[in-house]
Amino acid sequence: MSSLISVSHVSKIYNTGEAETMALDDVSFNIEKGEFVAIMGPSGSGKSTLMHILGALDTPTSGTYILDGENVEKLTDDELAGIRNRKIGFVFQAFNLLPRTSALKNVTIPMMYAGIPKEKRLEIAEKYLKMVGLGDRMDHTTSQLSGGQQQRVAIARALSLNPSIILADEPTGNIASDQAEEVMAIFQKLNKEGHTIIMITHEPDIAEHAKRIIHIRDGKIVKDGNGHKQHLIA
Amino acid sequence: MEYKEIVEEAVRTLTINKLRTGLAMLGIIIGIGSVIALVSLGQGSQQSVSNQIESLGANLLTISPGSQQGGFIRGGAGSATTLTLDDANAIMSSSTVTDVSAVSPEYSRRAQVTAGSNNTNTSITGVEAIYASIHKVSVSEGQFISDNDNAKQAKVAVIGPTTASNLFNSNTDPVGQSIRIQGQAFKIIGVTVSKGGTGFGNADDVIYIPLSTAMNSLFGSVSVTSVVVQAKSSNVMNAAEDEVGYLLLDRHKISDPTQADFTIISQNDILSTVSSVTGTFTALLSGIAAISLIVGGIGIMNIMLVTVTERTREIGLRKALGAKKKDIIAQFLIESIILTFAGGVIGMMVGVAASFGISKVISLPFTIAISSIALAVGVSGAIGVIFGWYPAQKAANLQPIEALRYE
Repeated sequence: MSSLISVSHVSKIYNTGEAETMALDDVSFNIEKGEFVAIMGPSGSGKSTLMHILGALDTPTSGTYILDGENVEKLTDDELAGIRNRKIGFVFQAFNLLPRTSALKNVTIPMMYAGIPKEKRLEIAEKYLKMVGLGDRMDHTTSQLSGGQQQRVAIARALSLNPSIILADEPTGNIASDQAEEVMAIFQKLNKEGHTIIMITHEPDIAEHAKRIIHIRDGKIVKDGNGHKQHLIA
Repeated sequence: MEYKEIVEEAVRTLTINKLRTGLAMLGIIIGIGSVIALVSLGQGSQQSVSNQIESLGANLLTISPGSQQGGFIRGGAGSATTLTLDDANAIMSSSTVTDVSAVSPEYSRRAQVTAGSNNTNTSITGVEAIYASIHKVSVSEGQFISDNDNAKQAKVAVIGPTTASNLFNSNTDPVGQSIRIQGQAFKIIGVTVSKGGTGFGNADDVIYIPLSTAMNSLFGSVSVTSVVVQAKSSNVMNAAEDEVGYLLLDRHKISDPTQADFTIISQNDILSTVSSVTGTFTALLSGIAAISLIVGGIGIMNIMLVTVTERTREIGLRKALGAKKKDIIAQFLIESIILTFAGGVIGMMVGVAASFGISKVISLPFTIAISSIALAVGVSGAIGVIFGWYPAQKAANLQPIEALRYE
């Protein structure tokens, strides 16, 4: 059986006028269904570029990226939007909730673009908000929620269309450490329930929550091992 | 994504910043409002003018003597003495003229008039009894010039209400009073009902005297200054014009119609001339108002561009979460259409209210054409599409990564 995610020989070159920057240099790896992977690396290592490509927000300069059986690197903007909508649940560092909008409404947005009828959307949104422990705050607007609560709304939003992968970019970067533990607990619970989670972080103790850690530096994978024991696999 | 929801969302977004939304709409409100008000006032004044012309009588042809040509000097139309009372009688009695129901020969000249210590300069019009029915003149007191007055060359006069107030103070009844026209004494036998005209040629500032008196005793003329002919109906105006024209050419022994020593002007000619003048004026003013609409549209575009820039992160997020280009275009385009459409509806109400108020103040008939309302609302929606298109495209083409990073 083929992998859920198959990245092979992916390179990304940014051309900023005179200088060419090699953000990713011939990166290959697979991720299976049900994995909890942390991608670690210092700033400038290429982990954000990798996250953009995994999230179908950007396409590689060369190489192939197959997500759940679909070749992503050849798609048009609108087709990429469809992939992001159906297959990827995003959790951002800055939460990126709509301001002046209720938690409930925020969770329904991906479902709106997927064409799910309004009543059904609200029903699903309620279910996931209860799951992340915000059943009593569904009508609160973004500014009335703490950082940890906002991130939990974002997780509910990421889950709403039951995506193939949940892609979290520094999910605890903007929240207090006790709330960060709560958020990581939710990710671990989701992973136990079978969700595939890919998390980008530069904090080792956050990365420790994952089962597998991919270290990246200067656009190349330097280490790929288990979360707790850090065995070198490749 | 259903359109009802996009509309609700757009209304919600627009009500967040009420001041900005209001100011953006103001341009459209002023533009649509002024177009509606100006078109309405233009139509009102056009109607007012045609009402006034029609109040002077229906289906009328006015025959004036042609200009006098002597050497190189050409006099103004009406200065010639080629039109006579016999011409008028011939029109009435001719067997070839079948579409004419009444003929009114008239002699008109301005003269100085005194009543006691008051004096005025006004139009003295010599008329026959038929004048009253052709020109829809009625008297509020006393009576009009009769055939008997003409037969006797009576020194009697019927005066207009403006003339009455010029010559007599308000508590004097003019009827029975005596006035002097060029030194000759006339007895006032009636005062006409006001027609509401103003300025030069005011139908209320006039003195009617018997035609025979005017031509023989007062001014000593053998010719009349005009003959007014009433056609039997508005449908036979052209036929009547031809019949009268050929009869007069024949009587004046002129074979080439271009050399005619008289001119015939139909009321329709005057009406269409006046209509085209007021129409041109209305079009000109509406054109200026339309420019303000374009300026309003540019204001909408400006505000939409600011909105797109401000909401770059939101757009990035929506695209990351699966919004396609058409979703983003719909969102911003509908926002700008709602802005201009709401502005158009408010502007329409302002315009109707303004034209109602102004027409009341300057006493014009108040008219609002459904077509101009439909046009204004349609145009305001179209402005939303035209000026919202570029900002919406700009939003839809944002790259999600860059938009999400935007500070």
